[in-house]
Amino acid sequence: MVSNPDTSSQFDLKKLLRDDRFWKIAFQVITLLVLGLILGYFLVNLNINLTRQGTRFGFGFLTSPAGFSIGESSLKYRPNDPYGKALLVGLVNTINLVVAGIVLATVVGVTAGISSFSRNWLLHKISRAYVGLTRNVPLLLQLLFWYFAVYGVLPAPDQQLNWANLVIASKRGVFIPWPAASGLWAWLAVLLAIAIAAFFVWKWRIQLIVEQGSTGQPQLWLLGGLALLSGLIFLFALGWEVPEAQPGGGATGGLRLSREYVASLTALVFYTGAFIAEIVRAGIQSVAKGQWEAARSLGLAPGLTMRLIVFPQALRVIIPPLNSEFINLAKNSSLAFAVAYPELYSVANTTFNQTGRPIEVFLILMATYLLMNLVITIGMNTLNQTVQFKER
Amino acid sequence: MTTTLPPSPFAPSDVRKISPREWIKKNLFSDWFNGSLTIILVSVLVLSVGNLLRWALTTAQWAVIPNNMGLYMTGLYPAAQYWRMWVLLALVCVLAGLSWGVLGRNLATLFSRQVLMGFAIVCAGFVLFPPTRPSSPKLLAIAALVAATAWSGRILGRRFPGLGKWVSLMWFLAYPAAIWLIGGGLGLPTVPTNDWGGLVLTLLMAVSGIALCFPLGVILALGRRSHLPVVKWLSVAYIELIRGVPLIAILFMGQVMIPLFLPEGMRPDRILRAIIGLTLFSAAYLAENVRAGLQAVPRGQQEAAASLGLNTPLTLGLIVLPQALKIAIPAIVGQFISLFQDTTLLSIVGLAELLGISRSVLANPTYLGRYAEVNLFIGFIYWFFCYAMSLGSRKIEEKLNTGH
Repeated sequence: MVSNPDTSSQFDLKKLLRDDRFWKIAFQVITLLVLGLILGYFLVNLNINLTRQGTRFGFGFLTSPAGFSIGESSLKYRPNDPYGKALLVGLVNTINLVVAGIVLATVVGVTAGISSFSRNWLLHKISRAYVGLTRNVPLLLQLLFWYFAVYGVLPAPDQQLNWANLVIASKRGVFIPWPAASGLWAWLAVLLAIAIAAFFVWKWRIQLIVEQGSTGQPQLWLLGGLALLSGLIFLFALGWEVPEAQPGGGATGGLRLSREYVASLTALVFYTGAFIAEIVRAGIQSVAKGQWEAARSLGLAPGLTMRLIVFPQALRVIIPPLNSEFINLAKNSSLAFAVAYPELYSVANTTFNQTGRPIEVFLILMATYLLMNLVITIGMNTLNQTVQFKER
Repeated sequence: MTTTLPPSPFAPSDVRKISPREWIKKNLFSDWFNGSLTIILVSVLVLSVGNLLRWALTTAQWAVIPNNMGLYMTGLYPAAQYWRMWVLLALVCVLAGLSWGVLGRNLATLFSRQVLMGFAIVCAGFVLFPPTRPSSPKLLAIAALVAATAWSGRILGRRFPGLGKWVSLMWFLAYPAAIWLIGGGLGLPTVPTNDWGGLVLTLLMAVSGIALCFPLGVILALGRRSHLPVVKWLSVAYIELIRGVPLIAILFMGQVMIPLFLPEGMRPDRILRAIIGLTLFSAAYLAENVRAGLQAVPRGQQEAAASLGLNTPLTLGLIVLPQALKIAIPAIVGQFISLFQDTTLLSIVGLAELLGISRSVLANPTYLGRYAEVNLFIGFIYWFFCYAMSLGSRKIEEKLNTGH
């Protein structure tokens, strides 16, 4: 052979080595290979270890009886129900905590955030002190503090505190009034319908005032009537049941909130509330100063300026970070495990201890929390779209 | 709600001196609403602070704090080896003093009146505060050491402008030195990890978590911004999966699952497993902080680097990352604060860090029911560290704010 095949292949190789596309593909292939090797090594080890323990990967255990009892549950649950049911009970308990937590934390956070702009020096300082104190102490410590040092020193059930027969509190838990009408859902649906109707009447009234210059007086009367109606339904149709103290301790009627639940809720609400307060504060600060000045030169009172001009604009900045605070609250609800509130993580932990299946339990936990986060995110994104600028 | 304008740097400053009476009228009783608000708040405050003080001075039994000081600080660490903890504290304080001096070398006065006041308060606290009184000579000596090293750091920093890099290197070397001092070996008697605990363990875990998650977090952030689909989607999957799960689940399952993924007989130490869990967790969060920094670097920087002929790794390493990390510093400090708070969860997986050891103190029959005292004390420690870090982060933010 006279010709030199080496040069052409050498040439190709050089060209290849200088080609950006080659490196991009090669880098990805190598990444995949390395990760695959590491993962494969782990999986082989896992397989060996599981065989040695005599278990096999699978979710069949979910249908076998759990055999442990759960302290509180909104669903009917007996110890010989399957693990799947137990986990569902835990999930419902978590949702109870998270939903109440999100609502109350928002109230606390928005109040504290707006209070930091108060003209009242004392209120401003208290709001700042609350945020500075709560954000800088770990949530778990606060949770234990509420559980042991605050709710834990309430009197024993036989000497329980009774506030005007409305709230009854003891070491065991708190009883609060709660609606108990048989057709509760139907009445709540009626209330919702009234709210929707009122919303449209409100819009109609604004339209009439703007377009025809009418006073909107009849519509105002209509709105007042709707408000009166819903107030009457709220007070009398929902069948409010006040707790009745029993002589030996405890109470009948009303809603019993366990000490674990109340302590977890308080800690989550105050901790998350402080973060929300900072978000609200930043949001209000982001509204241009000219907006305040314009409102003032129109003669609006400071409270109205905040409510009608500044806060609606601040909402656009507030809602996106609020989403991650709510997700944090949902994830932090797992800390209620530390005071033995039977939420999802706590039930999952017991399940794992009894069945010895960490992988499956972890996957279930991961999927459930991801789903919960997804639901919160979808809700917040919908809300976010309604407050964004409507450009014409 | 009565509200005022948010404070603005452009607001005209009130030059006119106002009397206390005017101040009270303006800030507390401007109208009937404000006035009644003030009265309600004052009565609530007086009632709660009064009750708290009465409890603290009469009912509370504070003996649980000074009697167990060693436990809170170092856990079950053998008392004969306490000197190693003091050496460690001195080492950290010397480095901190040096860094302070070097960083503040261009200030007009290093020890401004505020700093001196803070120093005096801390020193007075060492002497007057009963739990620290027994070791106040050592603490005062260390405080003096901080002041001395800060002073010399300032002088040295002025003479040798490149000193900052060496101080960073010393911090880097201090980490293995700290592990050696705590754990022993190489001439020092070994202390098993089961005896590590208290505030020392809390700080060690927080520092390990943030230091180890840093490289992984930066890689994940770069991966998420990458144009290579495989790299991008792997990073996104990791970050989103980890961020979706509560830390406690990761820590607990880490304790159980890590041995399952390793060959038989290989069982990393409990503390090591906890560090792995913390690192994997905080890397996902750090990646998001760094990504925000990367997004803030203008595109032109990358294009300029490309037109100079730099390849991708060099562009990232020399041009993009230094700017991105600088922007991300406040967020990273925030991440560190939350990691510091998250170390409390290690008490649930059985580590004797500050919260864990306080729970075992409370399990001691002598101190049964002293929850409020102990929780307030360690709460103060956590608050002090977190607050100091957030103050520091604000200072760094001001210093690094080189924007126009």
